[in-house]
Amino acid sequence: MMESLEQIKSRIESAVAGAKIDIVPNASPSQQSSLLIDNEHAREIAKFLRDDPALRLDFCSNATGVDWLDRVATKKVKVKKIIEGAEKEVEETQQETISGYLEAVYHLYSIQHKHGPVIIRARTNDRAAGALLPSLTPIWRSAEFQEREIFDLYGIRFDGHPDMRRILMWDEFKDYPMRKDYREPDDYEYEPTPHDDVLEKAKQHYAPRPQLDGAENITAQE
Amino acid sequence: MTVSSRAERSAVEGSHDETLELTPRDPSAPLGMTSRLEGELMEVSMGPQHPSTHGVFRMNVALDGEIVRKLKPVFGYLHRNHEKIGENTSYLGSMPYTDRLDYFCSMTNNWAYALSVEKLSGIEVPERAEYLRIILAELTRLQNHASLLGFLLSDMGAWGTPLMYAFREREKILDLFESLSGSRMMCDYMRFGGCRVDASADWLARAKKIVDAFPKFLDEFEMLIVGNEILIARTQEVGKLSADLAISAGITGPMLRACGVNYDIRKVDGYGFYPRFKFRIPLGEHGDTYDRLMMRALEMRESISILKQAFEQIPAGPVMNPKVKIRAFRPPVGEAYGRIEAPKGELGFYLISDGSPNPYRYRVRPPSFINLTILEDLCLGHTVADVMVILGSVDIVMGEVDR
Repeated sequence: MMESLEQIKSRIESAVAGAKIDIVPNASPSQQSSLLIDNEHAREIAKFLRDDPALRLDFCSNATGVDWLDRVATKKVKVKKIIEGAEKEVEETQQETISGYLEAVYHLYSIQHKHGPVIIRARTNDRAAGALLPSLTPIWRSAEFQEREIFDLYGIRFDGHPDMRRILMWDEFKDYPMRKDYREPDDYEYEPTPHDDVLEKAKQHYAPRPQLDGAENITAQE
Repeated sequence: MTVSSRAERSAVEGSHDETLELTPRDPSAPLGMTSRLEGELMEVSMGPQHPSTHGVFRMNVALDGEIVRKLKPVFGYLHRNHEKIGENTSYLGSMPYTDRLDYFCSMTNNWAYALSVEKLSGIEVPERAEYLRIILAELTRLQNHASLLGFLLSDMGAWGTPLMYAFREREKILDLFESLSGSRMMCDYMRFGGCRVDASADWLARAKKIVDAFPKFLDEFEMLIVGNEILIARTQEVGKLSADLAISAGITGPMLRACGVNYDIRKVDGYGFYPRFKFRIPLGEHGDTYDRLMMRALEMRESISILKQAFEQIPAGPVMNPKVKIRAFRPPVGEAYGRIEAPKGELGFYLISDGSPNPYRYRVRPPSFINLTILEDLCLGHTVADVMVILGSVDIVMGEVDR
């Protein structure tokens, strides 16, 4: 049996100096909780997970991105309040705004010990265009194409990746299609008969027609 | 989105590749044929419309004479952002769409997706449905491996005949799929919590008959190919993959086991009722194309053994968990990663639920896409003709690679 996430967390923290790790709980029946690793030590942590003899997570099965928009989380907090002169502990629901971020998730397994998955995730500070995370391709080669795909679809750049360019979309493509706020560009090329408001909108996409220099006045009779 | 001219496009594309390093010619050397060509690499774009790229797959190859010095795969010709569509569809709505991933193996795609949703929401599957899933998954493995061998031989120049032999067998299995699910290839048969319809006793008897006759085809096929001199010359020692690189690069399925790594998710995870079955995992020794090819032939024998056991053991009963409401289905908040041993390798689905009827994140972990990571390493130093054979032995389907 594999160690629990708490044990793995404490072992990483003692092995990698200064590493900060949080456990992201998962309440669903799958019970796949994950470790949130800090970006500064990400590669050292990954190296430890791969090389540690008890864990030997030598197989990075899945690497993918997730886009989290700004969201409001409600949580129940126990607060001390003075009610009718006496101090009491009361449960209160608090609302907390979590600002959005992008996330890279890695599912790790061990082929040697045949256990897993250990899930690690790394987060960017915000959803701005220049989001940067450390690449784990030097640790697990299988992340090579998958990190390229994350960059392509989510716009997270991976620092230290040997070949960071788009993989599925074409190189000139501007946006990141898997982001939650992605909007398809208006494209009326295939609209057979643009009319009314469609026509108004389509006008922005077409260059004005060139002047015909009186050619339209030429008729067959002349 | 801007539409640029072809010249602009190629300028942008070119700027992303590192410049090829050319060895300067020694001016004192005589201008013979060999010295003139020495070090001069020629860039060739193989594909996307090449018959042996198995779909619209392109490789940019730098050639030194006929030897491959550099190879960059180019993806995306079949990209339709499957994952985004999955996020905008209900959980049930994605099920028929998973058929289109690896369109050779829609049954295993269905199973992988159903398994992930079942993990996400803790659904149990009736016993008969689990047996039916195993029967269909192994039938899928049979037809996938058989047609792969046919395609591979076709790539090697054995035009037509082996492929037709394999397709004859595949057709029988597709007939079975059709009579069960209504469709030959886009089966859409499984549901979270079971299977869509039950298989009749008559269907099972027909399936058993086909499986019983399958070894005869295998014997014949193996007799024709295994010891064939040309096949051995074309495949042995071609495209060797070391076990360490294979593990690091996340290679799964027959390709990993051809390197001698004993890792089969049917045994490791023991999903479904696989722990109840007796079967062996064939392992290769050299990790070359010949081993990858033989891995498929040997795995088919094991699949037949699993199928025979399943036909004996399959119990009567319901095929669908009655508690599951597959329409307006809302799993609890959380995430799950489920994976199965698809014929091409590890097929996984990663789902994040926010409690709404659509998944917040729907990710497919496609085996053939990740198995292509080391295509360049396999092909370096080999000839162009070998690239086709190596690519054939990786076993890719573009519906899954590009998603």
